[in-house]
Amino acid sequence: MPDGLTLNKIVAQRGISIGEATRRVADLGWTPSYVQEAMTFPTDYKIKKSPRDPMKQVLRSYFPMQEEKDNRVYGALDAALRGDMFRNVEPRWVEWMKLFLAIIPFPEISAARSMAMVGRLAPGEELRTGFAMQMVDEFRHSTIQMNLKKWYMENYIDPAGFDITEAAFGRCYATTIGRQFAEGFVTGDAITSANVYLTVVAETAFTNTLFVAMPSEAARNGDYALPTVFLSVQSDESRHIGNGHSLLMSLINDPDNHQLLERDLKYAFWQNHAIVDAAVGTIVEYGTTNRDKNKESYAELWHRWIYEDYYRTYMLPLEKYGIKIHHDDVAAAWDRMVKKNYVHLTAQFFSVGWPVNFWRIEAQTERDFEWFEHKYPGWYAEFGDYWKWYAKLSTPGEKAILFNGDVGYVYPHRCWSCMVPCLIREDFVCDEVDGQIYTYCSEICRWTHKTAFAAEYEGRPTPAMGRFSGRREWETCYDGWDVADAIKDLGFVRSDGETLMPQPHLIFDDKKMWKLEHLRGDKLGSPLQNFRKLTPEAREAAVAEYRKGFKINPIN
Amino acid sequence: MSATQEPVKSGAAGAAVFAGSDSRKYNYYDPKGRKATHYEDMTVDVQPDPKRYLLQDWIISFADGTPTYYEGWTQLKSSDWHKFRAVDQEWERTHYQRQSTIVGMLKNVIDNGRRSGAPARFDKAWVKVLQDHVGAYKHAEFGLGTSTMQAQRYGYTQMINNAILTNSSYKLRFAQDLTLYLGEIALDIDGFDLDAGKTHWLEDPIWQGTRKSIETIMGANDYLEQYFATNVIFEPLVGELFRSGFVMQMAAAQNDFISPAVVSAAEGDYERNLANTVELFSMLVQDQQHGEKNRQILVNWAQTHGALALEAAKQLQPIWSQPRVKVAQFADALEQAKNRLRAITAEIGFDARAVIGG
Repeated sequence: MPDGLTLNKIVAQRGISIGEATRRVADLGWTPSYVQEAMTFPTDYKIKKSPRDPMKQVLRSYFPMQEEKDNRVYGALDAALRGDMFRNVEPRWVEWMKLFLAIIPFPEISAARSMAMVGRLAPGEELRTGFAMQMVDEFRHSTIQMNLKKWYMENYIDPAGFDITEAAFGRCYATTIGRQFAEGFVTGDAITSANVYLTVVAETAFTNTLFVAMPSEAARNGDYALPTVFLSVQSDESRHIGNGHSLLMSLINDPDNHQLLERDLKYAFWQNHAIVDAAVGTIVEYGTTNRDKNKESYAELWHRWIYEDYYRTYMLPLEKYGIKIHHDDVAAAWDRMVKKNYVHLTAQFFSVGWPVNFWRIEAQTERDFEWFEHKYPGWYAEFGDYWKWYAKLSTPGEKAILFNGDVGYVYPHRCWSCMVPCLIREDFVCDEVDGQIYTYCSEICRWTHKTAFAAEYEGRPTPAMGRFSGRREWETCYDGWDVADAIKDLGFVRSDGETLMPQPHLIFDDKKMWKLEHLRGDKLGSPLQNFRKLTPEAREAAVAEYRKGFKINPIN
Repeated sequence: MSATQEPVKSGAAGAAVFAGSDSRKYNYYDPKGRKATHYEDMTVDVQPDPKRYLLQDWIISFADGTPTYYEGWTQLKSSDWHKFRAVDQEWERTHYQRQSTIVGMLKNVIDNGRRSGAPARFDKAWVKVLQDHVGAYKHAEFGLGTSTMQAQRYGYTQMINNAILTNSSYKLRFAQDLTLYLGEIALDIDGFDLDAGKTHWLEDPIWQGTRKSIETIMGANDYLEQYFATNVIFEPLVGELFRSGFVMQMAAAQNDFISPAVVSAAEGDYERNLANTVELFSMLVQDQQHGEKNRQILVNWAQTHGALALEAAKQLQPIWSQPRVKVAQFADALEQAKNRLRAITAEIGFDARAVIGG
């Protein structure tokens, strides 16, 4: 064969260019003239400009690319089993996957559903293929994550909690925040939810902590499966970020949209921070056994991904289009991360509530203390005694930490907006909306409920905006219940009908595992219901007392 | 000593025996068969429901109080929406495998056909048919793809929505398959006008019935009406009529072996979409509480969309006269389409005579 002649050169023939292909595909749409297209989900935005598709992809190349990605993922899962991954995996880590993987498939499939909402709203068809790909991508993510969870269930030492996963998702007090996240993608104003909340903020900013930071920590704990699946998932996100930005650009040129965009960027950023940082921050910092002081803490990762990558290079440039960026909120979120112990307080709350979880949380130990103090100076003074109490009270027969008056922990109010409890006590606020009292973790969450999710925004009618609904305070559902009965009702009991699914330790021995009988006799209560019963004066005093916070009692 | 000081030696299944250590199946739903399928494990209950495990109910609503998912988004009613399982059992891996296989098959057929110089040997009259009418028909496929993309937001369970989602994915892919196929053979055929198809779609009287039928489906506000009208009515009466009854039968006689292969992919897609559709609507017709009312609604939808689709089919008749070598008759194709509709509706549980007569 002559030099330079290759098989590719022999078989090559002229084909349609990528630009021509995308132009032809975009020309498949038309404006109906016989019948108007169906009503779709409403928006208060005006979309006059057709969004452009910067990615220029067609389904012909998309499907083989995705199949190839899948082949790598499933091959890696097989290899992990052949390599006996579970023999060396850290159970502390895998236990938190029971929570994380219970939550994430529903937000993923909600993102698929939301493509219906933006697909028809956006004029022109250029971005249609991008939305269609995202729809199928999200179907991929949801089911590939269900598959990963099943794989853990089949191969990890303690499958309890994985086995009830979607039932647990609907019932657990911790998964509530994941439901707020997912419903936020598909309910209310279609642009607010499917464009700003989902693609512009959740996918562009927070998938980096979800799908990049967390897999790194998984690998440090001997779990090679999660990085394999989630980095493959993340490789789809760049296309979604492109879709979101493109639609945003078609909105931002119309000054009429600026007021709503400012509202939605503020709401979406704050709520994403409140939800994602609570959950992922806790899992990354407290679900790990790796205490390498050279690795980045969650706060450092946040600074890299959210502050530098998102805020400085994505959000700030939006100001040139004339919209005001909520700089103060970004600073406030950062302060919550590094000065106000947001992640640590969340981990404390999750662990206090262990009896009504469906996964195990073991105590942090001296080795962990050392790392936390190094990364978060002052941590030990604030949380050291708490985790020692937690360890001490992890043996069946002890009074569970949730009800143990010796510890000094004060059960928190729930934030009506982000659904995370009001853990930073000094920021606690309450307000009246439509004649009813509500509690919030922060001023911005109060604003979100009262001002943003309303029929009018700064004098402008917003008929498409959603409303908060349902029994949003989880504690209301079991107000006055014996905790053992509540656990049975939740379904968080193992197959013997007695042993709890959650345990405050990682001991896989029946003799050392908590049973319903160890908890019976204590009652759950709703902080909000009690708060609402107070007179205005008593309520004011209660707020002042709450803002003072509490002090964990020293432990001998 | 606290309980946390005990070492853990292995995180592998079977390393210890304790309560729940053998609970290695998703146990929160009843499988349709004796054992849960992988598809069921990937799909069931991912979209929650206050009637099942959603303790706190939906926590965001639309301004009028409509919750995130709402049974009233269709006129049809079910005693248990969660009973439905997609017959094709698709989850992400099987979907990509199938779509990728199709795309690969099409690429091979088109590339090798073009390499052999086949498009230049297509009969001239047939080239015009491809340009004008296959070029027009691709828009019908796109309309169904966008319509089902819209519909997949509204279903009350994950199983229903995912079946509609994969339907949309297949339709959008096929609309693009035709677009790119025509774009590629246009490189080999002098004077092939790639804009002609859309002009015929928008202006040619032959296609206006089809466009009206498609726009009516796109305009339906009931997502199950869209799904029903797509797969039960339009596909057999117009889609298959044109794809199988015309392109696949005529092409070979015009020296074209590529087009039937391209179009055959859509026929395979439709068999799967149809199976899912029949399963869902027969479940709703057999519903002990709501079956009769549901059947009436389906009959009404069948009448509305059937009349439009039949009219559309009849308007396509002149196309059968356009190829130089005539190996298929419109009347035969239409009769086959009607028989197909009769079989589908009988399977679901209502009579097609209301739509197409005896």
